[in-house]
Amino acid sequence: MTDVMTKPAAQASATSGQTAGMNMIQALNSGLDVMMERDPRVLTFGEDVGYFGGVFRVSDGLQKKYGLTRCFDAPIAEGGLAAAAIGMGVYGLRPVLEIQFADYIYPAYDQLVSEAAKIRYRSGGEFTVPIVVRSPYGGGIFGGQTHSQSPESLFTHIAGLKTVIPSNPYDAKGLLIAAIEDDDPVVIFEPKRIYNGPFDGHHERAVTPWTGHPLAEVPTGHYTVPLGKARIAREGSDCTILAYGTMVWVAIAAAEDTGIDAEVIDLRSLVPVDIETIEASVKKTGRCVIAHEAPRTSGFGAELSALVQERCFYHLEAPIERVTGWDTPYPHAHEWDYFPGPARVGEALKRAMTGGR
Amino acid sequence: MKNTVSLSLHVPAPKCRPGDAADFSSVTLEEAGAAPRPEPNVPAKDTHELAYRLIRVLDDQGQAQGPWNPRLDIDTLKRGLKAMILTRVFDERMYRAQRQGKTSFYMKCTGEEAIACAQAMVLSREDMCFPTYRQQGLLITRGYPLAMMMNQIYSNAADPIKGRQLPIMYSSKEFGFFTISGNLGTQYPQAVGWAMASAYKGDDKIAAAWIGDGATAEGDFHNALTFAAVYRAPVILNLVNNQWAISSFMGIAGGEETTFAAKGIAYGLPTLRVDGNDFLAVHAATQWAYERARSNLGATLIEFYTYRAAQHSTSDDPARYRPADEWEHWPLGDPIKRLALHLTALGHWSEAEHAEAEKEAIEQVKAAAKESEAIGTLGQSTPSTKEMFEDVFKEPDWRLREQRQEVGV
Repeated sequence: MTDVMTKPAAQASATSGQTAGMNMIQALNSGLDVMMERDPRVLTFGEDVGYFGGVFRVSDGLQKKYGLTRCFDAPIAEGGLAAAAIGMGVYGLRPVLEIQFADYIYPAYDQLVSEAAKIRYRSGGEFTVPIVVRSPYGGGIFGGQTHSQSPESLFTHIAGLKTVIPSNPYDAKGLLIAAIEDDDPVVIFEPKRIYNGPFDGHHERAVTPWTGHPLAEVPTGHYTVPLGKARIAREGSDCTILAYGTMVWVAIAAAEDTGIDAEVIDLRSLVPVDIETIEASVKKTGRCVIAHEAPRTSGFGAELSALVQERCFYHLEAPIERVTGWDTPYPHAHEWDYFPGPARVGEALKRAMTGGR
Repeated sequence: MKNTVSLSLHVPAPKCRPGDAADFSSVTLEEAGAAPRPEPNVPAKDTHELAYRLIRVLDDQGQAQGPWNPRLDIDTLKRGLKAMILTRVFDERMYRAQRQGKTSFYMKCTGEEAIACAQAMVLSREDMCFPTYRQQGLLITRGYPLAMMMNQIYSNAADPIKGRQLPIMYSSKEFGFFTISGNLGTQYPQAVGWAMASAYKGDDKIAAAWIGDGATAEGDFHNALTFAAVYRAPVILNLVNNQWAISSFMGIAGGEETTFAAKGIAYGLPTLRVDGNDFLAVHAATQWAYERARSNLGATLIEFYTYRAAQHSTSDDPARYRPADEWEHWPLGDPIKRLALHLTALGHWSEAEHAEAEKEAIEQVKAAAKESEAIGTLGQSTPSTKEMFEDVFKEPDWRLREQRQEVGV
């Protein structure tokens, strides 16, 4: 039973040996900084992104450093923001658009789904949309319905979009740079609950900062975490847990709390998903628990469950378990009844280990 | 409170329905040449009066009048007229092709040719056009191969967009023609983003976008105007008011109590309202907006007032919702006839020349059809099924590779 907290060196390429301790916000800021420094086609904009540096401070200091035209404030019109980014991408820029909360992304949905995702295809490859949409998502911050949602499956369902979700500062920066360098539209959902520390779902405990965490030791220069590659967040032999974002830390906590030697796969990319890593792990453990914050019905867990079933059925020793948010809007007062914390993941692990309900 | 009336819901309705006599008596047309022409560098508010007027150059006798006369040379006028004739002939041929079962769908721009054809002559090919589905005149005027348009319409093996789109949803980066979307209005704010990028780079290209009166009700229209005004984007925002959105008259889109051009006023954009069937007025207004954009003064909203003489598409029958002969009573007439009259009045056109130009256009379209139909019409010839899995991303991921194998291609 080993925690694999070290960086997956084989899957990443760093150009500089320099590192610094960063939380996820600082890592994302560094990713933008590195790319704006290297590539004049990279610019960033969104609501409160410019002078103020974003409500979560991800673009802090960038306007001062790169000037008004490379980091600027935008009208509160997410559909217009997405469309403007698409036009810029078509022109040949690499805009990074911030949607202030994932809960606000829906006005941009038509532009992202019908346009950004389809333009390469419908133009026979003539026009392309190399844009990045960043958006803080997920719960655990007492944000209620409009500041807590996890809409990733609305995007993973869309042909022509890539969707990634980091779970730590190192991956956040590496995935952001990979997304900016990618020639297709990439949506990055950032788990805002773990912007400042690796929250394990034990909300009753003191908040842990990223300080001193191995995954918060981030190269200051350019490196990428490739899209489509998962990370084994915790090696184990009893049961595979598929998770992403905040739930990676909840899954690790559930393994520790129950003493079940779970292998936690941090997907990092939902589309394209790293099917090889998933398949290898489930075939090894013979059991699979899937955890996400989003509601269960048609959540990304449904896709994962189907993939595991299709590819690993004869290796499975128990039904696949899903631990998810409930099929309700995200509540305020009942946040911890809704949030799939370590106790619920632990129960699912136990069921998976005993072969069923 | 007792004296107040009961509330009633207002649902706009057009004046005329099938069976009624066409009635355009409420359309007040000012004289050609009457609208003033401010310099392209005036403050936006100095143009706002023009949102309620109608910029016209050609009068009923075919004479060019007033300050908006672009004073084009005879060759340019003839080129414009021939482009419009070719566009109409192309439309008629492809409409017939659809009726003959050679393709699934077609959309004509009859009566609206002056807009795209004149504008294509103002814009350079490096300026990016973000059209709707009724600006085929842009491609035709720019000399895009007609056979390539037909290959797209037939979704055949030579379709440049590989059979992926409904007929007429052309795309040509080389000809500055952005891939058409069937989702209305989406291209409008994208054009603003493209223009912002051009300004960001210090380039010398501008963007131009088109939208119909119906789609101005979409949020995308308002987003585009907001962003264009906020960032002073070098873009020409063309609004083609052809009065009909399939079966809904322009009142349903919010055109009953105001003009569409006037919608730009609150955004602080310069606004022009133009006779869309007047080749010279279209050319002049576009030139005005082009100069303004190229001088870093930002976007202009131009409403082109016209009439959709054609069906919405081959799937539509306008006789079911408007008088069948309404187009013949439309007071702004036919843009082709009006420009031909102008050239005739100048002594540089005749009926014989007109007939000759039509004949040439028919021959040109016929030759293109021969070339395209030799490859195949819809269903006779298709791009490789392998293409279905290409261009989703730059490189297909494992899912696309597996699914392609499943299909066996």
